[in-house]
Amino acid sequence: MITAGVDVGAKFAKVVILKDGQVSARAKALVGFDVLKSASDVFETALKDAGLSRGDIQRVVATGMGRNAVLQKPPINADEAVSEVVADAAGAFQVVPTVKTVIDVGAEEGRGIRVEGGRVKDFVINERCAAGAGTFVEAMARALEVKVEDMGPLSLKSTNTIPMNAQCCVFAESEVVSLIHSKISKEDVSKAIHDAIAGRISSMVLRVGVEKDVLLMGGVALNPGFRPPLEKELHTDIIVPEFPEFVSALGAAVIAANPAR
Amino acid sequence: MKMAEVEVKTHEYWRWPEYRRTVSEKDWRNAGIITAGVDIGSVGSKATIMVDGELYAYSVMRTGGVSEDTAIKVTTWALEGTGIEVGKLHYVVGTGYGRVNVPFAKKTITEIACHARGAHYIYGPTVRTVLDIGGQDCKAIRCDEKGKVVSFLMNDKCAAGTGRGLEVFADLISVPIQELGKVSLSVDQEPPPVSNTCVIFAKAESLALLRQGWAKEKVAAAYHAAMADRIVDLLTRVGIEKDFVITGGVAKNTGIVQRLERILRIKPLEPKMDPILAGALGAGLFAKALYEKEQGLR
Repeated sequence: MITAGVDVGAKFAKVVILKDGQVSARAKALVGFDVLKSASDVFETALKDAGLSRGDIQRVVATGMGRNAVLQKPPINADEAVSEVVADAAGAFQVVPTVKTVIDVGAEEGRGIRVEGGRVKDFVINERCAAGAGTFVEAMARALEVKVEDMGPLSLKSTNTIPMNAQCCVFAESEVVSLIHSKISKEDVSKAIHDAIAGRISSMVLRVGVEKDVLLMGGVALNPGFRPPLEKELHTDIIVPEFPEFVSALGAAVIAANPAR
Repeated sequence: MKMAEVEVKTHEYWRWPEYRRTVSEKDWRNAGIITAGVDIGSVGSKATIMVDGELYAYSVMRTGGVSEDTAIKVTTWALEGTGIEVGKLHYVVGTGYGRVNVPFAKKTITEIACHARGAHYIYGPTVRTVLDIGGQDCKAIRCDEKGKVVSFLMNDKCAAGTGRGLEVFADLISVPIQELGKVSLSVDQEPPPVSNTCVIFAKAESLALLRQGWAKEKVAAAYHAAMADRIVDLLTRVGIEKDFVITGGVAKNTGIVQRLERILRIKPLEPKMDPILAGALGAGLFAKALYEKEQGLR
């Protein structure tokens, strides 16, 4: 059976094509102003990579905050839309069958999900404040004048702990500027930023509790500077899968393959 | 995939003008007590020079990277041309976010107490609710007929509903910050507000609206409405009693003030002097009282 999962996030659209339980293509691109067009372009890329056409895909499931933009709308014509939490749980289970806790940090949202056998037991979401999501790191990278992908490696070079007082993205930007003015190195500031976001995410996740195995997914999981402080805060090892930003789309594709679940 | 090019800014729309004034005709040489209130805010710093408990001169400037330097600069600037030297000030009180960094202050007092006291001075003894909207926080203060704080609530963790939120927005739509309020009021019909929980999200939504072809004015209305809603939430939690006044830099934004008025159905009193000075005025008045106490004059 061939299915597809389409995850239309706040920043990126991701598509996974699944053939008999095996991933045959992955694709992602930034979501532009026209959400349906952006998602459709990514879908086309994935189809091309897999050497398939839309007619070969038996079922398509959409997830992410823009999921309704592709639901039953050509050319994607998603058959069903599921919430991010449900897709995350299914995807995480596919990647690590022993997973009990999923931490998903995207561009604008952070989620903590307790799962059992790929099903959601409990969850918590931060969707009101950018400080607990990827946008925070991007904004701080701008303030530090470094590339966002350099932030993580930079932070790993520091062993100093500098507390950040600001809880808000906008205030933290000013704080970063004043840290630079007081001659704190970019490495130390970068670590302080990662410690701050890890602190916010962990206090959210602790509300649902943490049980091993713990999986970290979402675009922010690509940042190597984020896992160490999070492991420290949560006192546990954390698994980061190979394609962390595709776990949710994978989950949607898995759900598409099991319509009677 | 093409990433956004580095932005080149030719204008700083967020940058509001700095200024100083001497407002009294009196000769300070005949005065008994000269005090100063220095309010080092997170975004703006204010110094008031008070002669026998009346405003004599003041200055308003941006807070720089080092609060101590700003405190010295803003005070010297307020004194400029008056003939008063820092050493002649009988008593200085520091307030605001950077109040511990005022080198010549004998005492520091919280901005909550200073704003209530300053509002009492600006608007008179009928004031019962003071809404102070500053650069990085928003406070709702209940006070009595003497200008003493009865209770208060403060939002200091999030930029939504503060002056910083307006600065971010001024840059986004390329309209100078002083004109934002007026621009936001130039719509025929009020559009639905953008999200009011986070400036970053509100900015992202505003950007999407601009790309959809909304006029700047309409987006400004949606943004101001969101800020007003957020401020009203805070005010309703502390409860509003007449007379109601608004202080702080954002009190100068008519788009926020008129929307608050519309939602709350209470007209705030008209300020008789620059409402951004409330905190510094309160500090200057406390300085006088403290000096009198110190000298056994009361």
